[in-house]
Amino acid sequence: MSRYILKRLVMLIPVVIGVTFMVYFILSLSPGDTAAMIAGETADAETIEAVRKDLGLDQPVIVQYGKYMLNLLRGDMGQSYKSKRDVFPSIMASFPNTAKLAFWSILVAVGIALPIGIISATRQYSMIDNVGMVAALLGVATPNFWLGLMLIILFSLNLGWLPSGGMGGWKNYIMPAITLGTGDAALITRMTRSSMLEVIRQDYIRTARAKGVPEKKVIHKHALKNALIPVVTVIGIQFGSLLGGATLTETVFAWPGVGRIVVDSIKSKDTPMVLGAIVLLTITFSVVNLAVDILYAFIDPRIKAQYKRK
Amino acid sequence: MAEANKKDLILDINDLVIHYETEDGVVEAVNGLDIQLEHGKTLGLVGETGSGKTTTALSILRLVPDPPGVIKNGSIILDGKDVLNMPIKELEAIRGNLVSMIFQDPMTSLNPVLTVGEQIAEVIALHEEGGEKEAAQKAGDMLEVVGIPRERYGEYPHQFSGGMKQRVVIAMALACNPKLLLADEPTTALDVTIQAQVLETMKQLREKYGSAMIMITHDLGIIAEVCDEVSVVYAGQIVEHGTLEDVFESTLHPYTEGLFGSLPNIEERRERLQPIPGLMPDPTDLPKGCCFAPRCKYCTAECEKARPEKKWVNDTHYVRCTRYNEPDFKIERSER
Amino acid sequence: MGAAKTNGAAHTGATVKKRSQAAEIWRRLKKNRMAMLGLAVVLLLVLISIFADFLFDYDTIVIKQNTQIRLQSPSGEHWLGTDEFGRDILARIVHGSRVSLSVGVVAVSISLMIGGTLGAVAGFYGGKVDNVIMRFMDILLAVPSLLLSITIVSALGPSIFNLMLALAISSVPGYARIVRASVLTVKDQEFVEAARCIGANNFEIIASHIIPNCMAPIIVQVSLKVASAILSTSGLSFLGLGVKAPTPEWGAMLSGGRAYLRNAPHLTIFPGIAIIITILSLNLLGDGLRDALDPKLKK
Repeated sequence: MSRYILKRLVMLIPVVIGVTFMVYFILSLSPGDTAAMIAGETADAETIEAVRKDLGLDQPVIVQYGKYMLNLLRGDMGQSYKSKRDVFPSIMASFPNTAKLAFWSILVAVGIALPIGIISATRQYSMIDNVGMVAALLGVATPNFWLGLMLIILFSLNLGWLPSGGMGGWKNYIMPAITLGTGDAALITRMTRSSMLEVIRQDYIRTARAKGVPEKKVIHKHALKNALIPVVTVIGIQFGSLLGGATLTETVFAWPGVGRIVVDSIKSKDTPMVLGAIVLLTITFSVVNLAVDILYAFIDPRIKAQYKRK
Repeated sequence: MAEANKKDLILDINDLVIHYETEDGVVEAVNGLDIQLEHGKTLGLVGETGSGKTTTALSILRLVPDPPGVIKNGSIILDGKDVLNMPIKELEAIRGNLVSMIFQDPMTSLNPVLTVGEQIAEVIALHEEGGEKEAAQKAGDMLEVVGIPRERYGEYPHQFSGGMKQRVVIAMALACNPKLLLADEPTTALDVTIQAQVLETMKQLREKYGSAMIMITHDLGIIAEVCDEVSVVYAGQIVEHGTLEDVFESTLHPYTEGLFGSLPNIEERRERLQPIPGLMPDPTDLPKGCCFAPRCKYCTAECEKARPEKKWVNDTHYVRCTRYNEPDFKIERSER
Repeated sequence: MGAAKTNGAAHTGATVKKRSQAAEIWRRLKKNRMAMLGLAVVLLLVLISIFADFLFDYDTIVIKQNTQIRLQSPSGEHWLGTDEFGRDILARIVHGSRVSLSVGVVAVSISLMIGGTLGAVAGFYGGKVDNVIMRFMDILLAVPSLLLSITIVSALGPSIFNLMLALAISSVPGYARIVRASVLTVKDQEFVEAARCIGANNFEIIASHIIPNCMAPIIVQVSLKVASAILSTSGLSFLGLGVKAPTPEWGAMLSGGRAYLRNAPHLTIFPGIAIIITILSLNLLGDGLRDALDPKLKK
């Protein structure tokens, strides 16, 4: 097992190299003169050239990329063009904000989704099932930034119960977590329901019933454990993408997270910040996905056995 | 069978009718089926795939999937208890205890995320006094009874071969010493050599525990091996029933004869097999008369008019065939 | 039950006529009321976007500013009110459907073509080719898709075409995976072996055997992906990375309304509802198609 984890971690290296190269290349396609922008509107041609030299922007993209990677190996992601501060600590300062929000959001999502999904499946076509599925369909179809704005209109502007943005006390978490959580809840509910329905039709559920296992126990002991295997994967992937930038929701609620750094830095052509943020988010995203795979192996003995053999 | 014996019956099914009501029409799976089985006896239910054998077995546990399955008519009396009108609690108490079932495909009938030991122990803990520990102990014993070392208690189904899995299923089914065992083609999914082993295990255990058994199969060889009585099922109805000897030695129904004709005979290689022509009728659209009529070489206009009634030829043997209303009707029988 | 069986009752079981596959799928789809509702709304949206110019003139209504009537609430004259420049919101939503639907369809077509080809090649040839292509896909997949789209659009500059391209690129790996998986399952089946035996070349095999066999998952994926492309479009526009003003786009309209949440929430509410209706109907259709194409899953 540990060999497998190690192998997967090693496999992350080419992915990170590939991602940085791709993002670096894409960003180098940007129209407009970065040096001119950094130097400011009033700068003359000489100053702009000086800035260009200073930042190494006069060299070919591939050379710039090589330098960047060499620095990255030393843990140096360069300095922000805009604030002149080191990229890595600036991003790490806002990462906990994104992580906290992701945590509460996934908690909201799972808390809503699992019970509804399970009840929907066990009482297919009942009232709860129908209402739950319509809600889930709406949840999937609703853009979360719009839902966020609606919550702001209702709870901040009209009722005045909750702050409309920023980070402060626990009240600040409520709306962003609900905004992100309900979208994911919709997906997870649908997944739980269909997975449950699939499992309930399996022969081994019939075997359990034939043994005289009470229906409740059939669901909780025999069906749920099997049905949750794919659901856990979905939850993990959702959590990964929450960590990988809840850009829109962070923008709506002025949440000081990494997603917002990306948007702000892109607007100000702050390439080192954009790159740094994307590299870190990609690594996080991949590590979470790896964790999901490992978790998957722990709950499914068939897969666990495969890894043991390797 | 005389009325006086009724009390000795472990299972008494009368005029059972089960339909599957699907979007594409009503599938008439079981159409007026009767089974009377005495304690400790083994009945073979033989027939083609789709003739309603499995549905019948599931109905004894009241496990016919609903929807779409609906029990339209009939009664099922199991050890004196009315299964079809039983509260669910009581039903759960007899499942796996008074009556248990071995399913066709061992590959899918065990829960992949529970160890085989847990799965056997579960049924024991549900139906017998004593705690988890005792149940686990007895589950280990059961594993040994079916020829699996006790050490494999903590392994998962995927670590077992098909034959071993079926042994686990058998251990599970016999764990609570049921009075009736339903075996739904327990060896069909297995290799021939494994089939023989599993069958032998089942036979020994059934004798040891004295359970009655319904053996569902399309293999007449298995019937000959393990059964006391045979019911031949066609399109959800029993077309011929009798003791093993009755049915094998004095075959009456053309369909039963057709089944024997389809068997290769190793000792006496005939020129060619004599398969039954045609296919089972569409169960959503059964003929009005005898369901076998379209494939029967003895079919007359009379046969297509109404479903044939039971005709008893002796105390144990009956046939449903309109032609036997003619006093000197006989079918041609091949040698065997 | 019923209709299908009444004509089936005429002939006996063995000779039931086989319907063509497409007709069978359509028959199953028709039974699914939610899917038909989705289909109806999708068709309606397509019609609206085609005939948008007949409903509201682009130059005089959709983009012409009229500050005297700005931020008006819904009324008989302006059913959904007016925006911060006095433009009719209904008219802009109607014209916005053009942008959304065309971005959705074009983005999905591009990514289907690229992803499908890459997946088919990878699955069919296997080995090194497969390895190179799929590792590249892994890299694309490693970046959260909205972030990737944001990066691409910001590098290429905001425009409808760049938006389409960005969305297309970020969903290429999905199609590549589906097609590759389908190819791998179909490749070794007997009918492909048979085709090879009678001397069909690789291209013929891919075109006439493999592609038809992976259509089902692709059709489903397409209907669902058009929906998510539309959602992403509005998201990117919301961030100011989509279409340029004054082109009407739902996400951009929503974003424009943010400044007036307190006094004129209808600026934000209505475009959002337009998005929800569109996505909902596409998803209903997609789910219905999935059930119709794979009846095993339905119950």
